[in-house]
Amino acid sequence: MDGIAGKKSALSWVVSGSVVFMVLLWLIPTIGLLVSSFRDRDQISASGWWQAPFSVELTFRGRTETQATLNDGIYTVNGNIFTDEEVREAFGDGTGTITAFGTRGRAPAEYPAGQVADIGDGETLVINADGSYIFTSPEEPGSRGERVYFAAETPPQFTLDNYRNVLTANNMDLAFINTLTVTIPATIIPILIAAFAAYALAWMDFPGRGLLIAGVVGLLVVPLQLALVPMLNLHNTIGVGQSFLGIWMAHTAFGLPLAVYLLRNYMVGLPRDIIESAKVDGATDFEVFTKIVLPLSFPALAAFAIFQFLWTWNDLLVAKVFLPSNDEAKVMTVKIADDLLGSRGGDWGILATAAFVSIAVPLVVFFSMQRFLVRGLLAGSVK
Amino acid sequence: MNPMIQGIITIIVGVGGCIGYFYFSNLILDKVIFPAKGEKAGDNIRRATQVRPWLFLMPAIFALSLYLVYPVIGSFLRSLYNRDGDEFIGLGNYLALLEAEEFRTAFTNNLLWVIVVPAMATAFGLLAAQLTDRLSWGNIAKSLIFMPMAISFVGASLIWKFVYAVDGDIGLINALRMGIFGADPVDVLQIPFWNNFFLMVILVWIQTGFAMVILSAALRGIPEETIEAAVIDGANPLQIFFQIKVPQIMGTIVVVWTTITILVLKVFDIVYTMTGGNFGTEILPSYMMSFMFRDDGRATAVAFVIMLVVLPVMIWNIVQARREMR
Repeated sequence: MDGIAGKKSALSWVVSGSVVFMVLLWLIPTIGLLVSSFRDRDQISASGWWQAPFSVELTFRGRTETQATLNDGIYTVNGNIFTDEEVREAFGDGTGTITAFGTRGRAPAEYPAGQVADIGDGETLVINADGSYIFTSPEEPGSRGERVYFAAETPPQFTLDNYRNVLTANNMDLAFINTLTVTIPATIIPILIAAFAAYALAWMDFPGRGLLIAGVVGLLVVPLQLALVPMLNLHNTIGVGQSFLGIWMAHTAFGLPLAVYLLRNYMVGLPRDIIESAKVDGATDFEVFTKIVLPLSFPALAAFAIFQFLWTWNDLLVAKVFLPSNDEAKVMTVKIADDLLGSRGGDWGILATAAFVSIAVPLVVFFSMQRFLVRGLLAGSVK
Repeated sequence: MNPMIQGIITIIVGVGGCIGYFYFSNLILDKVIFPAKGEKAGDNIRRATQVRPWLFLMPAIFALSLYLVYPVIGSFLRSLYNRDGDEFIGLGNYLALLEAEEFRTAFTNNLLWVIVVPAMATAFGLLAAQLTDRLSWGNIAKSLIFMPMAISFVGASLIWKFVYAVDGDIGLINALRMGIFGADPVDVLQIPFWNNFFLMVILVWIQTGFAMVILSAALRGIPEETIEAAVIDGANPLQIFFQIKVPQIMGTIVVVWTTITILVLKVFDIVYTMTGGNFGTEILPSYMMSFMFRDDGRATAVAFVIMLVVLPVMIWNIVQARREMR
């Protein structure tokens, strides 16, 4: 198909176009989360994340000044709304472009900016786009100034407030550390156990070997759900209970079938000559394993380590069952699923940030070690 | 004790224990029980070689049988008892399940998931693998489509909450509906029946990358001659894809399909975080979790039903593995 001139370019345009479309479709949800996590809380609820680079129309309130000048029986207050303290809290020292204003909280954008509005009792108010206002009244204005509302275009605001909030106020820092605490031993320990077993299944001859391999393949698909009740009861009986020790043991065992299977598949493919000549030279199985097979199997070991890391880091089921449900022992997935989604369901900024904190580490691992991951996947399913 | 310190100790004890076990058990086997010297040296070496595989396998076999083999039996036995575990009620729990409206919903929903998710993920994966195959920036595209694999189901659910949200300023779908059709916002997660599909989209989104990576490797493994021959015979790209390439990677497609099928039967996170099983979106794993900690008998019964659904795939896998080993 590459040889037919003219046709090729049309086809390759279609192909490139479809791939771009597909990549966008796959990326957009994640980008939305990332963008939202950096946005100001008010802006999140006022406009979609896809409008984040544009200014947002938000409503504010302030008060006019109290200094009035009397002219022909009419008091006039001149000033700029952006100098009001309440407004400056929201805007800092910057100014915005006012699009509309009003005097009632229920209709904060009743009149377009620049239009003189009759607000009853003979009073008039006009607020211009740059914030300057004129308020007139037949009576002397009170000591507190007139309450005014206005809608202004605010420039896009990106902040780290959500991150500060999530990492300090929500015990998310503790959950992060808990996740690490669960993940690291649960990743390292099964590797060793599995490596020895895989070597035996790959390079040692003994009766029942085929049966054991078939058994491992079968255990690969046993639903975890079956293990939850009996193992939790066992943990309670032997005094482990719901604890970190319990979840390490559970994760280690649940990761073993894949580990043994992956490593055996890889070790079987190692060159027979090396191993046999080492044995002829008098090396014991233990030496062959530690000095030859283990170093050569590094790619498979790395692949499994990544799998197990991602799986334990991302796990919700095992953590819910085998860890205590108090706040000190919650991992991030449980924290997000049970606490944040429940009680703070409406705080999108916090939700986005918490989710992003929890997926950041796996994403880093994923992008830096993708090569091993792909190799491991292929070793696991394609012969 | 601080969990961090406990973790470090566990790593040291676990790793040290493993190394110690393997090293010393081999040492004892070779030097004490069957020493390779004296008059029975030959016999002893032979016997040591017979025993050694089991030394290597022991920790793995112990952990696997305790945590995965025993629970199959343990769960089944437990499911025959009542809630408190003190009264044998035979198949009572299963009968109660059959009568429960929710169980039937969960079961039929699960069937839908098992049909739709693997099919869609494999199809999209195949499409992505084929399309990116010849592109100069194909690897970048693949890596981006593969990325959701690294994201937890909980994280993915949250990501999609930002797509499905009712608020038109948060949810992409409702923003599009309002922007283009001027329609009122809807909560897509509450539309009966179809809400299941919106949840499945999340898992398809995650699993497509997995399917793509494996199928892409399979596509590259297709002998070039078969494709060249088809080109010379005047086959168009579609014919080449469907009649030359797909049949040659059928084996891999089946492997991908079954792998995702099994995963579908384990995932409770998405339903749990998105709807909590409400609005008719319950599936078996989430239904089981609703009994966890409350009624062990019922929970194990649901778990065993999941096991029964997985069983055919398991047998097929084992048969396949045995055939390859021969």
